Amino acid sequence: MPETNELLQLVPKAEAKQTMKDFKSDQEVRWCPGCGDYAVLAAVQGFMPDLGLAKENIVFISGIGCSSRFPYYMNTYGMHSIHGRAPSIATGLATSRRDLSVWVVTGDGDALSIGGNHLIHALRRNVNLKILLFNNRIYGLTKGQYSPTSELGKITKSTPMGSLDAPFNPVSLAIGAEASFVARTVDSDRKHLTSVLRAAADHPGTALVEIYQNCNIFNDGAFEVFKDKDQAQEAVIRLEHGQPIIFGTDGAKGVVRDSLTGDLNVVAVTEDNKAQILVHDAHAPSPTTAFALSRLADADTLHHTPIGVLRSVERPVYDTTMADQLDTAVERHGKGDLAALLAGNDNWTVVG
Amino acid sequence: MSVVNDIAPADLRLGLKEVRSVDRVVIRFAGDSGDGMQLTGDRFTSETASFGNDLSTLPNFPAEIRAPAGTLPGVSSFQLHFADHDILTPGDAPNVLVAMNPAALKANIGDVPRGAEIIVNTDEFTKRPMAKVGYETNPLEDGSLEAYNVHPVPLTTLTIEALKEFGLSRKEAERSKNMFALGLLSWMYHRPTEGTETFLRAKFAKKPQIAEANVAAYRAGWNFGETTEDFAVSYEVAPASQAFPTGTYRNISGNLALSYGLIAAGRQADLPLYLGSYPITPASDILHELSKHKNFGVRTFQAEDEIAGIGAALGAAFGGSLAVTTTSGPGVALKSETIGLAVSLELPLLIVDIQRGGPSTGLPTKTEQADLLQAMYGRNGEAPVPIVAPRTPADCFDAAMDAARIALTYRTPVFLLSDGYLANGSEPWRIPELDQLPDLRVQFAHGPNHELADGTEVFWPYKRDPQTLARPWAVPGTPGLEHRIGGIEKQDGTGNISYDPANHDFMVRTRQAKIDGIQVPDLDVDDPAEARTLVLGWGSTYGPITAAVRRLRASGRSIAQAHLRHLNPFPRNLGEVLARYDRVVVPEMNLGQLATLIRAKYLVDAHSYNQVNGMPFKAEQLATALEEAIDA
Repeated sequence: MPETNELLQLVPKAEAKQTMKDFKSDQEVRWCPGCGDYAVLAAVQGFMPDLGLAKENIVFISGIGCSSRFPYYMNTYGMHSIHGRAPSIATGLATSRRDLSVWVVTGDGDALSIGGNHLIHALRRNVNLKILLFNNRIYGLTKGQYSPTSELGKITKSTPMGSLDAPFNPVSLAIGAEASFVARTVDSDRKHLTSVLRAAADHPGTALVEIYQNCNIFNDGAFEVFKDKDQAQEAVIRLEHGQPIIFGTDGAKGVVRDSLTGDLNVVAVTEDNKAQILVHDAHAPSPTTAFALSRLADADTLHHTPIGVLRSVERPVYDTTMADQLDTAVERHGKGDLAALLAGNDNWTVVG
Repeated sequence: MSVVNDIAPADLRLGLKEVRSVDRVVIRFAGDSGDGMQLTGDRFTSETASFGNDLSTLPNFPAEIRAPAGTLPGVSSFQLHFADHDILTPGDAPNVLVAMNPAALKANIGDVPRGAEIIVNTDEFTKRPMAKVGYETNPLEDGSLEAYNVHPVPLTTLTIEALKEFGLSRKEAERSKNMFALGLLSWMYHRPTEGTETFLRAKFAKKPQIAEANVAAYRAGWNFGETTEDFAVSYEVAPASQAFPTGTYRNISGNLALSYGLIAAGRQADLPLYLGSYPITPASDILHELSKHKNFGVRTFQAEDEIAGIGAALGAAFGGSLAVTTTSGPGVALKSETIGLAVSLELPLLIVDIQRGGPSTGLPTKTEQADLLQAMYGRNGEAPVPIVAPRTPADCFDAAMDAARIALTYRTPVFLLSDGYLANGSEPWRIPELDQLPDLRVQFAHGPNHELADGTEVFWPYKRDPQTLARPWAVPGTPGLEHRIGGIEKQDGTGNISYDPANHDFMVRTRQAKIDGIQVPDLDVDDPAEARTLVLGWGSTYGPITAAVRRLRASGRSIAQAHLRHLNPFPRNLGEVLARYDRVVVPEMNLGQLATLIRAKYLVDAHSYNQVNGMPFKAEQLATALEEAIDA
């Protein structure tokens, strides 16, 4: 992989070549058969050796929920913490140990409901964390209540007459929270998933990856539109940095900017409008276009959902600036002298 | 004893006026929140400390930053007790009240005994300010203060007059009236002046004109005392030469001592200190203080909320830092779930609770001891957490180091229960020699610790030290020790998820046994005359209880005294100590929380004496209550 992320240089390299097997723990995986989490686990375990990092310097931290069992299955350091709090725990670890590669595994309930506050603040701080948000648009571990990403009117055990609250679009939320890296991928597309994980690993700062993940027990088929090839072609917008944003059979559809409102629209590509098709720029300093792209998706049907890296910009990383302040303090005042500190400037001596 | 600092300017003409020697004095400065009373009190304290008196302070201020000027809720005060002998409390009642306005007089007069001196700023006793606090007639003229020795001083006018050369606006000049008052009081009690002048010049280094104006106001106050006939007498309080063993001293507040204790603990443990915190009164000063010492490798993280504060600290603990979170009662409530996680993960973590009046938001700037049971039991499941409580402001240093010792040795979260009174109060502190500080170093796990039946060497994250029952601290980055921990019940030894009933029973009992087995010193009992009644306290009531006990003994009554630093586990000998006495009295600034624990654990008919008014006990009142207990 290209090593453009200088922060990865702080993490020790593996001495010998690693394989997927090195990253499998001895614990039996206990997700429901057919759960999308298996695919994500396999993709992560499969891609970790490519990073080439010493596995003892990799840490997975999770909250509560089905996906949060993830750390138990990784043969790295790990912590399965409490509901919603993984970003804050990971922040403490990452800011105190820059020699670690810290990953957060969370779900739509964990990250966006009970832990929403920690998520947005981790994103704005730009701590060096990689956050994998498994979004199945349902509460699995508590057996099937609607989640903050469920579509409006969803019938569940807790909403027999339909849910009343509008869902979050996690990508829009992350861009609004000043995230420096935001991507979306799908559990069923191993190749795409892996490429997005690589891009996230390579990003200095907080990377948020939303992974659409099928819960075959409580919300089966929620992402069918991504799986069925014909449907997917018409519904999914695959973003590639530097490429025109086109999709559909033979690239028949494209995204253009409405010159009056500045908003983005999906149009049929014609010879006349070909030049107006937007070229994806993930590194654009302004988040405006990335946000507009995230709004193309229909919250109900997920039609026109962009996947790939929506935004990837460099800005100061919290752990780096925190460490810099420590260094600056030593430069300015010398290394801490406890005796001098305790003595202070205003003391007196009692002699016998 | 010798005192390093100069005592007074050379041109003092003390001989012209009567000088009376007294053994102790209690002064209270009171004014509007914007009048700078806390600064005035701090300066007088500093002068007094460097003079060599023993002292104890009680800042008392509203939660509002600037309540409407001149109102009763806006009154801020600072009480200082200083003496030529060792003292234990900020004093029950002031000998001198400085009242900067009618509100300050009205709010404080109830605490001032007849015959005491009252210095009032007459400039503020005009119709509107008096009406604002309900004075229909001028108390300075209507005879209502006849029983007091009132000194009417036009502080504002005199200050403006003294600063007229400085070309300041009236408003700017008026701001120095607190320094005028400080100068006057410094003359009255022969305080050294050099420190305050140096302080003012440093504080206003960027505004030399303001610095000099303040110095001028301060000197004018001093000269006013010396020249005006209203102040015929000044007072000498000799240095407390008997009170202090040999050593170097400084004045220190509880929150500062606690901050230094944490930095020292990091050094003694050879671990980086990490604070995850969210601002809350009265704990924020620890966050502020630690933030200043990044050159000690101290990382301070101001989180988005209380939960993230402790979350970050716990993450840092996993990574091998000496991790701390600081808060007050409402914050502890929010952190409870993470404290439970720390109990389950068995990682070292300090939870500093600077208690304030509750429940809910309660009294943010006032003191209370009502979080004891929250610290003891405020979590789901059986989640025992050790509790350490400092007894005086300076003791916060040692208590912080002791809490760190327990956390690191036993791999457990530990509560450090200070309170608002200790946090903001101050006293002289004998600065410790570094080589006297305890060694807090611990060993990280570095290799396999278990051999399987087939001879394979493995690492078991929950295999315990047989002595301490602590589990190994294996920090990420250590090759071969990769392991997963979490809040789900885990199998003894391997740490793997386990829902096995017998294993859960075993783990619950083992976690409890680990805390019960923590080594804490036996309880010392001070009982010179084989008393029948024991007074047992904890935390910041030490000063008032000890002062009350002294009074009783001086009047010929016998009473035994013991004070707990460790609330969980209790000292091993506590049961035996309690059994020795016919009566046990437990004064607390709550409705009997320690008494409840004592009664439950030792089946002792402990009697509570309680006060929950946001203020520390007064020694006199406590002495009366204890005497009644002796006679009961």
